Amino acid sequence: MYGRKVKLRFLFVVLILITLILTAFLVLKSLEENVVYFQSPSEIKLLSELDKKKIRVGGMVKKNSIFITANEVKFIITDFKNDINVTYTGAIPNLFEEGKGVVAEGFLKDRSLFSATKILAKHDENYMPPEVKEALGIK
Amino acid sequence: MLFSVIGHYSLILGLFIGLILIFFSIKNFRNSINLDTKILSFTFLQFILVVVSFLCLILSFVFSDFSNETVFNNSHTTKPLFYKISGTWGNHEGSLLLWLLVLTLFIFLFLIKTKDQPTKYKILTLVFQQVIIIGFFVFLIKTSNPFNYLYPIPEEGLGLNPILQDPALAIHPPILYLGYVGSSIIFSSALAATSLNMISKKWASHIKKWVLISWVFLTLGILLGSIWAYYELGWGGFWFWDPVENVSLMPWLALTTLLHCVLVLEKKLVLTSWVIILSISTFTLSMCGTFLVRSGILNSVHTFANDPERGLFILIFLFSLIFISLFIFFFFHKPNQSNLNNFFWLSKETSIIINNWFMMYFLSVVLVGTVYPIFLDVLTSEKISVGPPFYHKLIIPFLIPFLLIMAIGPKLKWIKSNLEDKVYLISLLFISFLLSFLIVKNFNSNFLINTILISSALYLFFVTLRDFFIKKKNNISQNIAHFGFSLLILSILFNSLFSTEIITNLKVGETFETSTTKIIFKNINQKKETNYKSIVGNFSIQNSNGKIDNLSPELRIYNQPNIVTSEADIKTTLLSDKFLVINLVQNQDYFNVRYQVKPFMLWIWLSVLLISSGALISLFKKEYEK
Repeated sequence: MYGRKVKLRFLFVVLILITLILTAFLVLKSLEENVVYFQSPSEIKLLSELDKKKIRVGGMVKKNSIFITANEVKFIITDFKNDINVTYTGAIPNLFEEGKGVVAEGFLKDRSLFSATKILAKHDENYMPPEVKEALGIK
Repeated sequence: MLFSVIGHYSLILGLFIGLILIFFSIKNFRNSINLDTKILSFTFLQFILVVVSFLCLILSFVFSDFSNETVFNNSHTTKPLFYKISGTWGNHEGSLLLWLLVLTLFIFLFLIKTKDQPTKYKILTLVFQQVIIIGFFVFLIKTSNPFNYLYPIPEEGLGLNPILQDPALAIHPPILYLGYVGSSIIFSSALAATSLNMISKKWASHIKKWVLISWVFLTLGILLGSIWAYYELGWGGFWFWDPVENVSLMPWLALTTLLHCVLVLEKKLVLTSWVIILSISTFTLSMCGTFLVRSGILNSVHTFANDPERGLFILIFLFSLIFISLFIFFFFHKPNQSNLNNFFWLSKETSIIINNWFMMYFLSVVLVGTVYPIFLDVLTSEKISVGPPFYHKLIIPFLIPFLLIMAIGPKLKWIKSNLEDKVYLISLLFISFLLSFLIVKNFNSNFLINTILISSALYLFFVTLRDFFIKKKNNISQNIAHFGFSLLILSILFNSLFSTEIITNLKVGETFETSTTKIIFKNINQKKETNYKSIVGNFSIQNSNGKIDNLSPELRIYNQPNIVTSEADIKTTLLSDKFLVINLVQNQDYFNVRYQVKPFMLWIWLSVLLISSGALISLFKKEYEK
């Protein structure tokens, strides 16, 4: 028979392995479900089918496109090649301005209408999210 | 001008003293009867030099010396004095200087406070710490010198990002750094102790103090950042699972695990390898955080002007530190196995090990969520983000067993134990379940999970509460900390379950009404301060029971840099916060209004303070439980 120590060790290793496998499984599964992809207006135009999942759209807020009513904000996100209309109900961050970069999170209604659930705050006037930079082709 | 010169040369001198210290240490290490007094004086001198350099930078900021590039980029003459000073560490260069200050402060304190440990150990700790210090000196001087000249001297500076001009955020970096960088001393001394093969119970109780100190500061630093985000960013939340928050949470999780492990090591001399690994990983995670934030890979308010060279330097430095520590761990560490025999399943050790497993699980979830988008971007250039649902889904269910074990674990004895007063424990469990059932009853979504979650938190709450009234062999600090944790989880749960929110767009004079709340936008006034103009909106909010609150949120338009910030108006009571924030979209009549009622908000902050005070008591208590 093996000693108590060996048995204990063995049990330990098995437990650790099981936890590791479980953790990896859970994390990967959850990642698959909860990841939000970023797309530019041009990429959305090229989509073959509309995704039902939540996505992020980024680009510039088109000049003279912001239109506010009592319960809704409408604006256009552009990457200077293609545009997408956005409707949004919710809090607007301070640095949301025409002619500035923006990232909106929400769901696609069709290839030219996006229903946003969140507009992401930026912290700095000069800062532009790298995704937006790339979408606009700035390196 | 003068200050920049003094500051700059102090830094260079400090770097040389680092090299001299390593030389003396090696000499002293060979015949180590006593610690060479020269070593102590040089360590002190190095600390003073960094202090001088830091003061010089502060003075440059105070006098708005725009010949200094850092001052020019981050200050402005109209800024209030307080924010001129806090602006010193509100930028990349200054915050690294602060980092260096903490590094040198801790090694100096370590040398004078450590008395009954072998001289060799002290010297070796100093050497490892100096390696880190020298690394940062070189990094600072080469890639991010805070004392660069500008010529011709600009008339006016560019100003500090207004959202950083805030009292909580002014002290957030120094407090956080004491924790973040304080973990370096744990790293150095763990490596020293491993190389000398002197990991013992005595070492554990010696290092425990340093773990506690770092832990308290890290906790408070995160708390301050969180409070700031709550009222300044205008989203009304306290934790966003933003990558930048995550990089501070990861060392915190590692440090908390280490704190518990050191207790086991101190009593039982088991888990030695594990303690070493944790000591190494805590500081490594802090460094990783710095790398991710400073290289511009993660973008946030902490990202200053980016320079790829900086990221590369930290990355190389980080990998060499990891390499050195792994080398030492594998070649010098001799695992101690003697005590494994008397280790039973129902014991304090087991419960702490289970706690560790959970902590490591939480840590890996946060790590994957933070790092995965970066890897995916590098590998496939696909842009993704991992949001709160990911973390909630993976962490919340596991809180249930975690909380239960947290309640029962401390009741167990070392080595082998039987649960005492089972009747009590079981009846408390029953009461908690009943109570949470009553609380959640009227709430339809996720009924089952919420009931179980709240009952496990309530259970911990009751068990720890009861322990305050049992006199015998009571570990008060642990009990306070665990009690605080149960309070934290309960407040967070109630906060997220019972928060309500109204978002609407209103013109001045308009009224918005729902079945329970009436928001009246009365009028606006304008104010003018030295560095900003502000628009104050006056609102009156009426509850269904007729109670009226007057709230006046503010919009500030800063002149330099030209940025608009929203200052939320928050009415805090013991039971709930009323939070109102407005925003004006350019050239529109409508104000975007967000009104939130957040129950138990105050208790989230208070419970974190309570947890920290538990650690503080443990630090100052002379006699530990026998």
